[in-house]
Amino acid sequence: MSKNSKEAIAILGVTSSIARALAEEFARDGHPLVLAARDLEEAETIGADIRVRCGVETAALELDAAHFDTHEAFVEECLEACGNKLGGVVLCYGFMDAQVKAEADFVIARRTIDVNFTSAVSILERFAEYFTERRSGFIAGISSVAGDRGRQSNYIYGSAKAGLTTYLAGLRNRMFHHGVHVITIKPGFVDTKMTFGLPNLFLVASPEQAAKAMYRAIVKRKNTAYVPWFWRYIMLIIRHVPDWQFKKMKM
Amino acid sequence: MIPSVKQPLSGWGRFPSEDCIVYRPEKRRELDTIFEESELPHFIARGLGRSYGDTAINGGGGVISFLRLNRMLSFDDEEGVLECEAGVSLAEIVETFLPRGWFLPVTPGTKFVTVGGAIANDVHGKNHHRDGTFGAHVLDLTLLTPKGKVMTCSPKSHEDVFWATVGGIGLTGLILTARVRLQRVESAYLRVDYRRLSDIHATLSAIQETDADYQYSVAWVDCLARGKSLGRSVLMLGNHASPGELGSRKGVPFKVRAKHKPGVPFDFPGLVLNPLSIKAFNAAFYAMHPTSQGKIIDYDTYFYPLDSIHNWNRIYGKRGFTQYQATFPVGHEEGLIGLLERLSAASCASFLAVLKRFGPQGPGLLSYPFEGYTLTLDIPIRAGLLAFLSDCDKHVLKHGGRLYLAKDVNTHPDVFAAMYPRLAEFRTVRRKVDPNSRLSSRMARRLRLAKDDKA
Repeated sequence: MSKNSKEAIAILGVTSSIARALAEEFARDGHPLVLAARDLEEAETIGADIRVRCGVETAALELDAAHFDTHEAFVEECLEACGNKLGGVVLCYGFMDAQVKAEADFVIARRTIDVNFTSAVSILERFAEYFTERRSGFIAGISSVAGDRGRQSNYIYGSAKAGLTTYLAGLRNRMFHHGVHVITIKPGFVDTKMTFGLPNLFLVASPEQAAKAMYRAIVKRKNTAYVPWFWRYIMLIIRHVPDWQFKKMKM
Repeated sequence: MIPSVKQPLSGWGRFPSEDCIVYRPEKRRELDTIFEESELPHFIARGLGRSYGDTAINGGGGVISFLRLNRMLSFDDEEGVLECEAGVSLAEIVETFLPRGWFLPVTPGTKFVTVGGAIANDVHGKNHHRDGTFGAHVLDLTLLTPKGKVMTCSPKSHEDVFWATVGGIGLTGLILTARVRLQRVESAYLRVDYRRLSDIHATLSAIQETDADYQYSVAWVDCLARGKSLGRSVLMLGNHASPGELGSRKGVPFKVRAKHKPGVPFDFPGLVLNPLSIKAFNAAFYAMHPTSQGKIIDYDTYFYPLDSIHNWNRIYGKRGFTQYQATFPVGHEEGLIGLLERLSAASCASFLAVLKRFGPQGPGLLSYPFEGYTLTLDIPIRAGLLAFLSDCDKHVLKHGGRLYLAKDVNTHPDVFAAMYPRLAEFRTVRRKVDPNSRLSSRMARRLRLAKDDKA
């Protein structure tokens, strides 16, 4: 297969460090890219970087996850940018502010839910339509281990991600019958802007390590991938602590 | 305001260490407001932290990490000109462009340095006698000054700021991007000749005889050898190899087998590196490198022998170490010999003492290299070392020599000023671009680089 015959991959929220590293993984494999972000200038800079390093074509598009009424047009633009040859989409963006702020200010709580959950429904349903018609392709969503169980320190973000996780599970079930694969990716702690300076983190992965694991999981058509892998077992334990005990803990 | 975290930072020598407020922007625009919005008195940019001393630490102030501002912006594959952000590492450049036939114009002994750091320290390599410093290959750069302006400077435009920035250890502004001209190479290998030399006089004359024929030249010196063997060395001379010289590899001239990379997982106890073990290492190295010709060596092994051991700075233990580098002008070889005598008498040297001849000085106001002989060695920190080094500093100054900002932790400001005659010019440029001293570092304050305010 020549480099140019590979299908394009759309990366939504490419300005996060994980997304940027993941985009580079696809580019190294010869996929052209559509890079979307709220900050178009940054998306273009990342596109330039990937072109120089990997020699694939990239297009940059503006996407504001919180503006639902722009999403339909965005998905059309996205398909146009790659000449209707989209092989997959990866939803990478997210929004997290301090839990205490989200408790005190509903605007922040609402934004947490809108960006992490509602927008995913709004955007991915449109992509699902396209892939259903083609009967191929993949949809990957980056959720979070925070969605596996509500904890006092992070439950507003966590519950939005739990919504995303359940949404992706349902979408996976539906799309399976159309030959489209849906993967839920649950990163643990990764050294990103979101976690920079947070206390009490452990087993922190670099964005490059996380992206490599995510890329492998997508290529291998996993259903749910914890990144790094051991988070599956950490969360298995955390999910199985009974509520009467869990509610007394401080985590 | 972008998030920050308070953490102790040191240079590669792990001495000294200070608590700093660290920022790590991921978007270019996050830098725009940093000077205005922050209440911190001053900032310094930091790359991969390979400067040995206190260049990129700033207790009581901010440190701006450029590691996530590492995007390549364009590449002209006719001219070999790369435009990139300051946080791009030399390792990334090699990885991206060596397979396409381009290599760094100048490289220090590690590839884990950023382009911003290479410019700010105006680093040199084994080819200084031929190709000058890194700054000589920078076409232009963009600088965010503390006034919030983005200034494009080059040897032709705002040249005073450009030459204050090249070697100016981050005190003129935040280097945002640069255009660097790479060199064409035909393979990822070097053709290396070794010469074993029995003393310092043989070493110096061999360097002089061979410099014209080799792009790369450096001598490894046994700093523990005394008396008649003082300054015995192995001179390593290299040129980029052509595919025809590669033998069985000539069909794949850019292919280098990936090496296993061991790490140093913990701080070695002080006992491991003792005079006996170091002496044994030095003697073994000398014995293992007889004079020989035409050895083909991959670029990684040749340029970056220590990069293959992650965290090698940990072998010097918790107390850390310093790298002492002194350059003596041509004609003052007795100064170099005197320094070698002091060092070998004090038995404070370790492995890795290197000697090379620099070519002519470049125009960077605080740029280090000038025509002469430069000696570099690692010394573990221990009681009384700093006083010993201060004596060495005076010896270096007496013989017209100078020390290197990228390594220094200890020089007295007056000694430094006497070594850098263009310091006053540097201060003048600084007053212009940073009148309120929003850029500073432990080094800047220690050496009074910003202004001569005898505190």
